[in-house]
Amino acid sequence: MAHSTERYEPKNPALKWFNDRLPLISYGKEHFVDFPTPKNLNYFWTFGMILAMCLGIQIVTGIILAMHYTPNVDLAFNSVEHIRRDVNFGRIIQGTHAVGASMFFFAVYVHIFRGLFYGSYKAPREVLWMLGVIIFILMIATAFMGYVLPWGQMSFWGATVITNIFSAIPIVGTPILEWLRGGFAVDNATLNRFFSLHYLLPFVIAAVVILHIWALHIPGNGNPTGVEVKDGRDTVPFTPYATIKDLVGAVVFLIPFAWFVFFAPEIFNHSDNYIMANNLVTPAHIVPEWYLLPFYTMLRAIDFNVLFIDSKLAGVIVMGGSLLVLFFLPWLDTSKVRSGSFRPMFKIFYWVFVVNFIVLMYLGAQDPSVVVYNYLAKVATAYYFLYFLVILPIVSRIETPKPLPASISEAVLAKAH
Amino acid sequence: MIKTKTILAALALCGLFATPAAASETGGVPTKFINWSFGGVFGTYDKNQLQRGFQIFKEVCSSCHSANLLAFRNLSEPGGPGYSEAQVKALAATFTVADPEAEDGERPGIAADRWPATMSPADAKASFGVEPPDFSVLAKARSATKPGFSWVLDYFTVYQEGGPDFIYNLLTNFTDAPHGVEVAAGQYYNAYTGGVLAMAPPLSDGLVTYDDNTVPETVEQYSKDVAAFMMWVAEPHLDARKELGFKVIIILAGFAVLMYLTKRKLWSKIEH
Repeated sequence: MAHSTERYEPKNPALKWFNDRLPLISYGKEHFVDFPTPKNLNYFWTFGMILAMCLGIQIVTGIILAMHYTPNVDLAFNSVEHIRRDVNFGRIIQGTHAVGASMFFFAVYVHIFRGLFYGSYKAPREVLWMLGVIIFILMIATAFMGYVLPWGQMSFWGATVITNIFSAIPIVGTPILEWLRGGFAVDNATLNRFFSLHYLLPFVIAAVVILHIWALHIPGNGNPTGVEVKDGRDTVPFTPYATIKDLVGAVVFLIPFAWFVFFAPEIFNHSDNYIMANNLVTPAHIVPEWYLLPFYTMLRAIDFNVLFIDSKLAGVIVMGGSLLVLFFLPWLDTSKVRSGSFRPMFKIFYWVFVVNFIVLMYLGAQDPSVVVYNYLAKVATAYYFLYFLVILPIVSRIETPKPLPASISEAVLAKAH
Repeated sequence: MIKTKTILAALALCGLFATPAAASETGGVPTKFINWSFGGVFGTYDKNQLQRGFQIFKEVCSSCHSANLLAFRNLSEPGGPGYSEAQVKALAATFTVADPEAEDGERPGIAADRWPATMSPADAKASFGVEPPDFSVLAKARSATKPGFSWVLDYFTVYQEGGPDFIYNLLTNFTDAPHGVEVAAGQYYNAYTGGVLAMAPPLSDGLVTYDDNTVPETVEQYSKDVAAFMMWVAEPHLDARKELGFKVIIILAGFAVLMYLTKRKLWSKIEH
């Protein structure tokens, strides 16, 4: 949107000299202080800032952990224990990093589902949304590789199962698998490259986050009404209004975060990961971390051949597709109305989708040989795809949305009286 | 509004699945959950219990099980069994540790040494067919399954004692095998796992003599004490961690209130 304000120039001559050569100060003022922000944002909009904080926490704690960690199959397990036992505040730093991964995913799910409800993926924010999907996929890869590093049983077998996915690709599958693992099985070479990539990817994420914020600052924030900003009466400056609200959200978010770090640091972990990796003993159930369970369920749900595609490859296609379909969402939901609040039919299917996602998550941790679970997993997987590919396109066409407010300020006034 | 709906939906789901999940995974007797002194937000280790547990470890368990990450010095560190440094030095000196730099490759132990294994893994394997697991993090490598969906509450009650609960139940459930269960020589039936172990029932009433004669010398009590000790070996900084947690959460809560009041003041002039 057009900014009516003049470009900010610092008064101090030294700062002005610097700013004329590299306008960081003008830029910061424009984007982090003056930036017009809709005044009707609710607390779900604070999760963007919370996620930036999560990334920061993971990077800072991760850098410290890397100073004490040893990526070697014989030493990795005990080096993590060394951090917990002997490094000053090591238990807290390691706990923050491990719990932090879960909190990061919790926040990203809230952020994504907020976007799904309020139509944040719709024009003109398609690229913003797609960058978000890229960040999410990078997060999954980073978290998965991070979980391998303590080299416990779940680390090792998780790595084995997940890398094995690539062997489903016809013809080139096995060579790709061996190339990824750096050998015929998950071993020292795998651990080393996962450590290297686990250190690299967060910075790639940070770079995409910058693009994500850039793409956000072109059209500006969406808002709960889904009505675009019309004029200055609809917005407030980012600082102090949005900053303080984001800070409230961030500090409140840190309370359950600290609760888990200090009182239940193992609650998201699996006890088998306190057994050192052993390639001769397979755990009874290999389960990924909770945040990957929905996708794991979809992978396992396809236990039948689809025409000429065997079940394993079909499962991989479905799991990959569950993420890739998100890229097409802006063109699948063609409704002109952004916000779910004004879409009576959409709302129902949306909430079913939320519950369905929780069911998928639950099923990922259950034994798939139980008939009920197996059947439910197929139904839930089907609904996941139907929602995007069938329900949204049809609902967009047949639904009669509720009347939209003329502007954000009108909606705000209507609410107040 | 949305949050409440989500929570309600999640709870409804929990109810839906409650029955099938209640089925026991091991097929053995149901877990008896112990009220540990270190359980919950306020829980801390009981020094006396850790000392008793250490005594059992030293006199019974350590003849087969190693504890490679346990250093003698840990025994005098805050939040542990609370022995004095002199006691720990004296204890360490009673052990001989391998040291390639010492004469004859051996020397008396010092406080900084790790607990020396009595049995080499190869010998243990020859005797039992399996290597007895190391005690360092064993208490965190086991877990007890809560019935039904009560695990949801664990996030609020911070239940982290699945390991000691497992150990307690295992140690107190060595029984005769039920009819129809074949137990080979060198194998022992355990009603908790519903299977056999290579470990003979390690404890019996009166096996270890406690200094404090008000504490019963029973398998039940021994099992609790050694399970608590094993939890401490696996999580030696639990007390300090929780203590810091209180400070952090109190500060965060106070900070959140201040932030919220500031936010309200700032936004009070704006219709939103």
